[in-house]
Formats: sequence, structure tokens, C-alpha cells
Amino acid sequence: MATLSLSRLDKNYGSFHAVKGIDLDVADGEFVALVGPSGCGKSTTLRMIAGLEDITSGDIRIGDRVVNDLPPRDRNISMVFQSYALYPHMTVGENMGFTLKIAGRGKAEIAEAVAKAARVLEIEALLDRRPAQLSGGQRQRVAMGRAIVRDPDVFLFDEPLSNLDAKLRGQMRTEIKELHARLESTIVYVTHDQVEAMTLADRIVIMKDGRIEQVGSPDEVFNRPATQFVAGFIGSPPMNMADARVVGGNLRLSDEAELPLPPGVAAQDGQNVVLGLRPDDIYPQGHGIHTEGGDAVEPRDLTVKLSEPLGNETLLFVDFGGKGWTARMLNPRIVKRGEVLGFHMDLSRAHLFDAETGRSLRTE
Amino acid sequence: MDANKTARLKRRATNWALNIALFIAMAIICLPGLWIVLNSLRPTVEIMAKPPVWIPNQLSFDAYRDMFSGIGQGGIPVLQYFRNSMIIAVTSTVISLAIGMSGGYAFARYRFRFKGGWFLGLMLTRAVPGIALSLPLFFLYARVGLIDTHAGMILAYTALNVPFTIWLIDGFFRQVPKDLAEAAQIDGCTRWQAFWQVEFPLARPGIASAGIFAFLTSWNEFALASQLTRSTSSKTLPVGLLDYTAEFTIDWRGMCALAVVMIIPALLLTYAVQKHLVSGLTSGAIKG
Ligand SMILES: Nc1ncnc2c1ncn2[C@@H]1O[C@H](COP(=O)(O)OP(=O)(O)OP(=O)(O)O)[C@@H](O)[C@H]1O
Ligand SMILES: [Mg+2]
Repeated sequence: MATLSLSRLDKNYGSFHAVKGIDLDVADGEFVALVGPSGCGKSTTLRMIAGLEDITSGDIRIGDRVVNDLPPRDRNISMVFQSYALYPHMTVGENMGFTLKIAGRGKAEIAEAVAKAARVLEIEALLDRRPAQLSGGQRQRVAMGRAIVRDPDVFLFDEPLSNLDAKLRGQMRTEIKELHARLESTIVYVTHDQVEAMTLADRIVIMKDGRIEQVGSPDEVFNRPATQFVAGFIGSPPMNMADARVVGGNLRLSDEAELPLPPGVAAQDGQNVVLGLRPDDIYPQGHGIHTEGGDAVEPRDLTVKLSEPLGNETLLFVDFGGKGWTARMLNPRIVKRGEVLGFHMDLSRAHLFDAETGRSLRTE
Repeated sequence: MDANKTARLKRRATNWALNIALFIAMAIICLPGLWIVLNSLRPTVEIMAKPPVWIPNQLSFDAYRDMFSGIGQGGIPVLQYFRNSMIIAVTSTVISLAIGMSGGYAFARYRFRFKGGWFLGLMLTRAVPGIALSLPLFFLYARVGLIDTHAGMILAYTALNVPFTIWLIDGFFRQVPKDLAEAAQIDGCTRWQAFWQVEFPLARPGIASAGIFAFLTSWNEFALASQLTRSTSSKTLPVGLLDYTAEFTIDWRGMCALAVVMIIPALLLTYAVQKHLVSGLTSGAIKG
């Protein structure tokens, strides 16, 4: 196992600037997830780490070696592809043992390593099959097995679960987490599923347009998003965002709707801002997630336009300040359309972003 | 009668009808071949008879015996021709495959300038009928001394086959997902090893079919060979057929016998290679 460090990493495809100066340090044994919308450069970054893509400028270090120009085979990494990329002309066992065979290891040693990995992933019964005879989930396991057998310094995953159905995805997610705990390996994991990133990673890297927006623990990126983009990307259902203007110490959402300025933010009078409030922080009185009733709680009577009962909670859709908001109701009761409820908006948990730069205006 | 039974009978009837139609089609395709074999075994009189004689009166292997019995006794240097044909066809096939694999791989995997133009150009060379090339080639070869040599024929056939092998092999390499070679490199292969360990085995059906085609083209080609070869040192079997034509007569039986001798290696080769022509090798690589 080893550390991984990217500094000022750049990638141009002709005139297209796909990755723009990325800096990232991954500690030994750390699980880092790269997330971001489609086309933001996640795969490109991963492929540069793997050596499958030339880097335009910058440095990549694995352990204490600069690997910028080394071919993939000399970087001691392994990678699980989104497509799995199993060798169709080899059996599962041969697929997993291929790396050792190329390294010139003996038959017995290969068989032992393959058997061990197969035991970990519970695919011992499949070793003699060909990839074509496997289900999607089994192929996924084999692809992971192939990566494990290599015993690399760094594991790279490129959206390994995106081809699986929701249930299997949840199951494999747990298994990857267990695997990481067991192998204590350094992992860089690309996904566009924020739930995967939140549940698996020690730290999350949120990318946008080839740049890093924020790096932080799941708790940090969720509770202290550095930008409006991060705030909107992390969390489900997504954070409510409303354009507002700071007028006389208040937030004016529209002519008839105003809220007090949330505590702990620095905003000038007349500044255009975006207010962000998670659905968790708007709730009918008595149905909130967090301790209710602090100083910064704003009561409002709002009309429910639509309710989505999910069993343990109900999502309520309301209008406020000329905008639709999603609210979350815990311990739900049946709410009818058109019903007027007393909502609490917990502004102590609200976020404020500069409308121009999108940067958070929180000071604490 | 219940509907299931009717449907079953109907399906069986359709199957039979299809089989019979297929048999007739195959019979029509195979008939000329059979006719050649038959004609090689009976005298010219019977071959030329009108109406045709379907059931031969007697069969003899005289034509084959004569063929191998040496010059002067109705024989032709068939072994020599066979050797020439073999050397020329095998060598040009090997070269065409080597170039076809490199070229096909390049077209399938790399981006380079004028790629489309190159490809079109290659295909266009196939649009020129071989016979139209024979005269220019003849002059050229006469100048550089390639007339009547193995090397000259190998060169001509390789040039003829390369566009086709590139085109065919390109299509097969395209079907091999790029991820596989990348996975192999991560697994410790060099670019070269990744090709031979992963991409080559998966494109093998295409390479095998390209090989068969290249071999058969060279083996059967007549127009160019009849211009560019003249002595036993380089004449190929198809040109050798002409040895059976005299000024006023044609020894049809001998010709047919030689044709059979030509067909056999082609058949054997096709049979040997066909086990590589399995399809669907690449399935299972990725979750589609
Ligand atoms: N070979 C290439 N040539 C030119 N542009 C490319 C190439 N590969 C990727 N790009 C561009 O680089 C950008 C980043 O691509 P990348 O594959 O890294 O995105 P991603 O974040 O992995 O997206 P996704 O979530 O859809 O996989 C994209 O805009 C893409 O169009
Ligand atoms: Mg990607």
C-alpha cells in the first residue's frame, strides 16, 4: 500500500481542457471518492493515475516515486473498469491469475492466490466458467477479484457498480466497504452516485468542469459545502436553493417573502445571494430530524401542493417566496393536498452562497 | 383437432420444406465440382457427348497416372507447378496477414491524419480489375527482372490481398473492446504482450478468414499469373492447366484431373482453418 499524490495535474485533448490543475493527496489506506457530473473529468483523472492516458503537465506520485511517464505495468496499481473488461477467452480463474502469469509466477503460487481472492469474494464455484456464462453481479466480483490478486499499491475503481441494478448495487457497496476494511488499501473510487461516495469514502472529492470544487469528509461536504455546486450535488433530495437579496439585515426572496439572515454568515447589504436549505431543515412542526425550536427557527404556514409518502418519511412540496421547496416530514401522518401546515425553517442550518461566485458565505 | 397439434405439424412441415430447398440449393452449388471430378475419370468422348452422359460407363484413373508420368508421355510437371503454387500462395498469404494485422489494428485503434482517405484508397485498389494491371505490371517486372520469379508473383499477390486483409481484420479488431488491452496493461503486460495475449486471440476468427481468402486468391489466380510466369520455374497450377491445350485439341479429362489436384489442398486448408472461425468470441467481456 502507498500514498498517492497529484499535483497541478493537467490534461488537454487537443484544444479541449479536460482536467485543469488538480491537487490531491491521498493517504496510505485512505478511500477517496471522486464524484461529479458526467464529463467533469473523473475518468480522465483516474486513467492518468493508471497510466492509460498521458498527462499534459503536473506530477503523479505513488509512494515516493514520480510515475508520470511510467507505463501502467510499472505503477503497481490495479483498476476495476466500468465495463469490467474481463478477458472473454479465459476462464474466471485465468482472468484472475493473468497478472501473476504475466509476472512469471509459478502455477502453484497463482492457484493459491486466485483461490484466496475467490474465497474473499465468494466466487470459488465460478472459477472454471467463462465471463459470458456469468451474471452482471458475478462479472463485477470477478473484476474485483482480478484487481485483488495483483496486490497493488493503489486500487482504482471507475464506476464499478453503475451497471448493476439498485439492489445489487447496495449489496456490492457494502462488500466493497468490507473489502477496504479488510485489505486496508488505498482506493480511488470514481462514481457519479453521491450515495456511494458518502457511504464508502473517507474523503470525497467533488469535481466540476475539470476542477476540484471541494475535498472533504462526507460530513464536511454535507454540512459545510464550500460552493453552491457542492451543496446541490450532495444530498438527496437535493438542497432547496432560492435566489435572494440582502435587504436591511433580512433576506428578501420576493416582494412578499422575507427571512432573517441566517446566523454565522457574512453578507453585505444589497448583495445578491442564494439561500440553501436542505429538505431536512424544513419540516412541519413536530416532525423534524434535528432538535427543534432553536433561536433561528422561522415558523411559516405553508400550503402542501403534493406529498410523497416513502413509509418512514414523507416528502412535502410547498411554495414559498415564488419558488417550490421540498420539505421532509418524519414520523409522518397522512397529509392531504392543499392542507395548510405550520412549517419550521431551521435557518441555523441554512447555507448562503454568493450569487456570482457560488462560494459559501459562512464564516464558521 | 386442437391448435397445438396443428401448429406442431405445420412447424414440422416447414422444417422439411426448408431442408429440401436447402438440399437442392447445395446440389446446384456442388454440381460443377462433382462434374469436374467425374470428368477427370472418363474419356473425352463421353465428356463431350450430347446429350450429356450422367452415369459414366467406366471410370479410370488414367488421367492422374499420365499427369505424373513425366514430360513426353502426356505428363506435365505437376509437382513443380504444385511447389510453385504452394510457395507463392503460402508466402504471400503470410505476408498479407502480417501487413493486414498491423494495418487492420492501426485502422481500428489509432487516429491519424487522412485515415478515411487512406482507407478509401486501399479499397479503390480493389476496384481495378486484375487483368487491367497485367500489362503495366508486365513492363515493370520486365524492367526489374521479376518476370518468371517466385518473388514477382508473391509481390503481386500480396499487393492484391493486403487491402482485403486489412479491411477484414480491421472489422474484427473493432469488435474487441479497447478496455481489454488496457486491463491487460494494468495487469502487467507491455503494449506488445497485451496485443498477443488478449487482442490477437479475440480477433483470430477474422485473421483466419482473411488467411483463407488470401490463400485462395493466390492459389486460384490465373490472369496475372499467365502473364507474369512463363517457365516451370514459376508457373502455378492454374497456368499449368493451359498445358492441356494443344493447337487444335483440348484434353478436357487431363484438365479436370489437374483441377481436382488443385482443389484438394484448398479444401484441406479451409477445413483445417474453419475451427477458428467461431463467432462470438468477445461476448462476456463487458456487461452490455
Ligand atoms: N479521448 C478523448 N478525446 C477528446 N475528449 C475527451 C476524450 N476523452 C474524454 N474527453 C472529454 O473529456 C471530458 C472528461 O471526460 P471523462 O471521461 O473524464 O468524464 P467523466 O467525469 O468520467 O464522465 P462520466 O461520469 O460520464 O464517466 C469530457 O468532456 C469528454 O468529452
Ligand atoms: Mg467516466
